[in-house]
Amino acid sequence: MTNPLKCDFCPKPATVHLTQIVNNKVHKVDLCEACAQSKGVTDPTEFSSLADLLLKASLNPEQAAAGVRCAACGFTQADFKKHGRFGCPACYEAFKALLEPMLDGMHKGTTHAGKVPKAALSRKTLSDRLTKLEVDLSQAIKAEQYEDAARFRDEINQAKQAGAPKPAE
Amino acid sequence: MTIASLIATPSELTDSRTNKTAIVLMTRIRLARNLAGRSFPGWARPAQRSDILAVCREAVAATAPMKRSLNVAVSELSDLEKQILVERHLISRELSGSPQGSGVVISRDQTVSVMVNEEDHLRIQVLRSGLQLRKTWNAINDLDSALEERLDYAFSPTLGYLTACPTNLGTGLRGSAMMHLPALVIAGQMEKVVRAVNQLGMVVRGLFGEGSDASGSIFQISNQTTLGEAEEAIIKRLSGVLQSIIEHEMNARAKLLEADPGKVFDKVGRAYGILQNSHLLSSGEAMNLLSLIRLGVDLGVFSESHRSVIDRLFIEAQPGHLQHAQKAPCEPGQRDLLRAERLRSEFANLARPDFSAAGEPRN
Repeated sequence: MTNPLKCDFCPKPATVHLTQIVNNKVHKVDLCEACAQSKGVTDPTEFSSLADLLLKASLNPEQAAAGVRCAACGFTQADFKKHGRFGCPACYEAFKALLEPMLDGMHKGTTHAGKVPKAALSRKTLSDRLTKLEVDLSQAIKAEQYEDAARFRDEINQAKQAGAPKPAE
Repeated sequence: MTIASLIATPSELTDSRTNKTAIVLMTRIRLARNLAGRSFPGWARPAQRSDILAVCREAVAATAPMKRSLNVAVSELSDLEKQILVERHLISRELSGSPQGSGVVISRDQTVSVMVNEEDHLRIQVLRSGLQLRKTWNAINDLDSALEERLDYAFSPTLGYLTACPTNLGTGLRGSAMMHLPALVIAGQMEKVVRAVNQLGMVVRGLFGEGSDASGSIFQISNQTTLGEAEEAIIKRLSGVLQSIIEHEMNARAKLLEADPGKVFDKVGRAYGILQNSHLLSSGEAMNLLSLIRLGVDLGVFSESHRSVIDRLFIEAQPGHLQHAQKAPCEPGQRDLLRAERLRSEFANLARPDFSAAGEPRN
């Protein structure tokens, strides 16, 4: 396989690989940098207990998912089994692997085909754009590229004006 | 608006003046919506729930249909008030039993209700009497768009509106019709209908939703799936299923009248007699009797003017409404006594059935 290994806990490519042999069986865990960090793999003092945890998680795919925790709200797969509902919107990303096979039988399709919250999305696009422009602006100032800085400042003002709330009805 | 004045005003369902409502009593659509970046109600901590409640109540109350609405926290309502709102389909049983940090905003005309921190942050609902799926969709779509101006919804381009339960994912839309299907019940065809409807991706429930029985031959039919189809497509599919159920019910009525009119008239006549004379009526029995009188109206045995009385009694014979009218809570046994008394007085002045007037079913 030419595809890079995926992290066992999220869809990112794995860069940290952990192998342990217990009872003559080889167990492997593959992690991306962020998950390795959050699970404490980079800290050798925690390594042994962690290996144990990952080992259990890697025995089969279902148990692998049991170790998944939503970074935003702390929800786990066990919680989902218990409640049948998710913890927060970010859970849909965190539990993607668990969700996808489930959706197949649940609905008419697996992709949204309906209404889109246009106003909310354009607010988000605008705020993302503003964030990027602010970064560009401060970098331009740092680099003493004042012409660029002036342009970014104008663009920021324009964007802010375009996104300003309309006068009250 | 206060809860007391809301309860004193008849709701959309209890005021049906036209025979448009012959088989479909009421149309409802609800949308499930959540705020971006916040835990769903079932997982949020109490402080988060209070926060979400405040943000949502303010945004909802600021929309045009919610001018001078009732805007309350569930904790401000008494058990009886909650029960009345459940009986009017303005809040769910789940919301009425929820802990702190949940609320509801209800429009003055009681056609729009938005529950906050039920299963999702927002459960927007619009209801209309009779079969009016398209109008109901237009109304709820406008309200949803107005809310979205003020609130950042949790939304994914691939999965749509993100909901606490994956079964509501996508559009978050559940359309439903409350249907009165006495002939299909009498003819023993309801089971067959339920199976066929299920195969078309629709669900059949009792009067008060999941787990409730179908007393009064009243059923709720709604779409099961929410993802992978546009709202209009779901509504069109539901509408097609409803039309075909209406046809089946009409056929069943025609067949019953043709094959065994005595059996139908006997049921209607006995219902009239019991409602005029009984002294103990459970809520289930009352619903079944009222359902037969309603069938009598549809068949022309009773005057059309009886319909609004019957539809009002469907609601007012419920335990919450009964206790409210009595101005005191009472035990179930005593309620049966009260219910019978109430129905006796209503039916004392209702003209006798005229079985010779029964002709082709009106629609």
